[in-house]
Amino acid sequence: MKSLKYLLPGLAFLVLAAFFYRGLFLDPRTVPSPLIGKPAPAFDLQELRQPDTRFATADMFGKPAVLNVWATWCAGCKQEHDFLMRLARSGEVPLYGMNYRDERDKALEWLSQLGDPYKAIAYDPEGMGSLDWGVYGAPETFLIDPEGTVVYKHLGPLNPPIWEREFRPRIAAMQGSTQ
Amino acid sequence: MRSWPVLLLVTWLALGTTGLQADSILSMNPEETFDTSQQLDRYEALINDLRCVVCQNQSVAESNVELARDLRRITRDMILAGKTDAEIKQFMTDRYGDFVLYSPPLKPTTYLLWGAPAILLLLGAVVMVSVVGRRSGESSDDAERTGENI
Amino acid sequence: MIPELGHVALVMALCLAVTQSFFGLAGPIFDKPSWSAVAKPVSIGHFVFVCIAYAGLTYAFIQNDFSVAYVAGHSNSGLPFMYRIAAVWGGHEGSMLLWILMLAAWGALLGVFTRRIPLQTAAKVLGVMGVVSVAFMWFTLATSNPFDRLIPAPMDGRDLNPLLQDPGLVIHPPMLYMGYVGFAVAFSFAIAAMIEGKLDSQWARWIRPWTAAAWAFLTIGIALGSWWAYYELGWGGWWFWDPVENASFMPWLIGTALLHSLAVTERRGLFKGWTLLLAVSAFSLSLLGTFLVRSGVLVSVHAFATDPARGLFILAMLVFFIGGALALYAWRAPQLAQKGGFAPLSRETFLLANNMLFVVATLLVLFGTLYPLFLDGLGLGKISVGPPYFNLVFVIPTLPLVLLMGMGMHSTWKKTDWSQLKGKLWPFALATVLFTAIVPLIVYGQFGVMKFIGLTLGVWVMAVAFIDPVRYLLRKHSLRGYSRTMLAMCIAHFGIGLFVIGVTMVETYGIARDIGMKPGDVAQVDDYSFTFVGTRNVEGPNYSAVRGEVIVEKDGERVTVLYPEKRTYRVQQNPMTEAAIHPRIRRDLFVAMGEPLGQGAWSMRIQYKPFIRLIWLGALVMAFAAFFGISDRRYRVRSEAEAAERTPAEGHGKLQEGLA
Repeated sequence: MKSLKYLLPGLAFLVLAAFFYRGLFLDPRTVPSPLIGKPAPAFDLQELRQPDTRFATADMFGKPAVLNVWATWCAGCKQEHDFLMRLARSGEVPLYGMNYRDERDKALEWLSQLGDPYKAIAYDPEGMGSLDWGVYGAPETFLIDPEGTVVYKHLGPLNPPIWEREFRPRIAAMQGSTQ
Repeated sequence: MRSWPVLLLVTWLALGTTGLQADSILSMNPEETFDTSQQLDRYEALINDLRCVVCQNQSVAESNVELARDLRRITRDMILAGKTDAEIKQFMTDRYGDFVLYSPPLKPTTYLLWGAPAILLLLGAVVMVSVVGRRSGESSDDAERTGENI
Repeated sequence: MIPELGHVALVMALCLAVTQSFFGLAGPIFDKPSWSAVAKPVSIGHFVFVCIAYAGLTYAFIQNDFSVAYVAGHSNSGLPFMYRIAAVWGGHEGSMLLWILMLAAWGALLGVFTRRIPLQTAAKVLGVMGVVSVAFMWFTLATSNPFDRLIPAPMDGRDLNPLLQDPGLVIHPPMLYMGYVGFAVAFSFAIAAMIEGKLDSQWARWIRPWTAAAWAFLTIGIALGSWWAYYELGWGGWWFWDPVENASFMPWLIGTALLHSLAVTERRGLFKGWTLLLAVSAFSLSLLGTFLVRSGVLVSVHAFATDPARGLFILAMLVFFIGGALALYAWRAPQLAQKGGFAPLSRETFLLANNMLFVVATLLVLFGTLYPLFLDGLGLGKISVGPPYFNLVFVIPTLPLVLLMGMGMHSTWKKTDWSQLKGKLWPFALATVLFTAIVPLIVYGQFGVMKFIGLTLGVWVMAVAFIDPVRYLLRKHSLRGYSRTMLAMCIAHFGIGLFVIGVTMVETYGIARDIGMKPGDVAQVDDYSFTFVGTRNVEGPNYSAVRGEVIVEKDGERVTVLYPEKRTYRVQQNPMTEAAIHPRIRRDLFVAMGEPLGQGAWSMRIQYKPFIRLIWLGALVMAFAAFFGISDRRYRVRSEAEAAERTPAEGHGKLQEGLA
């Protein structure tokens, strides 16, 4: 009985080691979004390509939608752009954009060079609209359901495996429930 | 006289730009924007308690990235608008989660963290009492000088 | 060619470490003194080869050999010579080599300075050190080889992180590692004792100087890190509770507890289980630190480029060494318990309280550091635990610790007479409280609860630190014959007092202002006025900078002119703030440039930091005390003669009359 207390340090260490092992496969830098399951924050910003019109959050409602936060200064955005073009062509889900802390001219030129997959793009040079969405870098991509609830957020460039694994099942679930 | 629109324009531009400049200096000059020293203290405390989500190793007070500057400005504006510290922190965590607070909020998942000092001290006290209690009952002859085996 | 020689030397060193481990452990286990005798010379040979390997890497840096991948990653032809030498440990692979070098150095020292210790024990200690060396070298050669070539070699390197291009860097890691790694010696002694099944006051006497030396280096290393962060990072802070800072601080806390626990084990043969556990824990925490810095498990400004594969290897090492040691502990510690009483008020009780409070403090730091990982690992979300938590929580065990320190050092073994202790100390307690209640009020015109508590504790410890040596001095007119160990304790505690005062003053009386200033603006901080003159562009050896000019005046007289800079290092293109400091013991004046606001205006960070230098001065005093204590002859006298000579001078208020 008495010798049990001498086992405590060793046991405590083993528990610690288990957490360390688990920790090796986590990324401490990713900040999960507190918006998951909550209504998409409202923004009402100028449209990038047509400054006279506005693009507001509610414009995305009614169908599952994907909002992609991007900028010309972001290397990852260039990486994912091909995939976004393919996604837009497939018509699987409407793709919207938020141009984050960027300049209009640069953004327009970028799009004309690389292609424009977006149905509508919010122009957010000050980052205030994105701040409400908890954006802290680019690229970030949000999945929104027809009622306007944020369902998922992905940090970093999008690619087919991630789309398969994270977005498709959730989109299917949305469409399943509306049937 | 026909030049007065130009004059007006130039004046407006001059005022406008210096106004902008003054504003950006002001936005870095917290003391001149707050009415009371309590507000200034609250501001300093809040921006030091917020973690810069971009660099992650600096507080919002220390970081110079744009997001940090924006968050400082928002904090200042909210204080001036009469919001409480709790409301300001709620604003931040609504967008960035608990990660953004350097002082973790008290909730069921952090009870153990915040209770740790009390729990550990209590345990320590219990151990002390039991050891000292036992030892004070024993003879105080020296058990050994040198070279004792188990 | 040279890097390959270095690589070969490292492999040779590994072979020698294997030899050292084998003979060091097998000799005593199979009772073959001739085998045990091999361990010492081999440990010296191992050190020599590690030196050759290290020299090889240094040579590659000095020669700007960018065909070595590590050199290309951390150096540049524009890098000043001094920093090319320091850059050797600027990245993961090189710092591992530094680790190995320090470990080998401690091993060689053990090989030379253990003549008074029975061969079989010394062999075991060296054997365990050898196993640690083998593990680290295997890790380095297998996953982090600094000698890997980069073909084709780039024209120039990626430069050393500008943050590290500083004189402070040149000494901070070596000192830190000497300390960190030095606890491996205490660890090895502990393992040796557990294998042997024997742990007595003689063992405690052997291990004490080695532990004190490691502790002293670690104290210096941590203090240097804090000082360097203060002037280099541009925010005016001196401690950030960053996970890696905590990783170096925890072994220090446990090491301090260990030194105190050893006093009880040496004097009365008690607290053996505690001492053993502390000895194992100190190095375990060093290993933990190694894991945290290099595995990517926590976010830290100090973290090296992370790699889960490396993390797994280090984790395996952790499980092997710490798990193994704690298993041994669970087996042997119950057998060590023994009789020996002491009264509720006694030196033993004070030292037990000391152990408790240090362990509580360490656990709080550990818990806070790892809590985000715990929650994330359980899928319970991501939180941050930062300075607000640690600053609050850390003072809870440490304030009582400082208070008890003043009393405990004057207590006597087995039983302390309360009225005697009270009589000795109350005048100093009273003087302290009067001093701290009145003087700061007069000088600074402010009073506050935390100010008062902090200052009272700091002054209290300083006031009572030298009571006994001073009385001895007054009686004998010389300190000859006064135990060095006791004197070292007084000096070390005095150092703690300095530290506490420094922390209290700078945190409670310090002023920090962030002000936007145009050229010509004047800012008032405390009694000083800071006039921002303007900026101009300057070029450094490997950077361009905007240099500001700030004139500091007090009462109309010029105090100094400060030149803070905002540097951009040409290769890595990161902007760096170079603060300008006017240092004085009584106060530092700290000016750093923030952001340009247009039209020549800048946001400036101006800080008034009273007595901040006491923080590092206190640490240096503590380290000096430890080195001084080691020089006590009692660690160099044979054990049998020792027993007859020693008088129980610490007890019953009498002072030691001298060692023959």
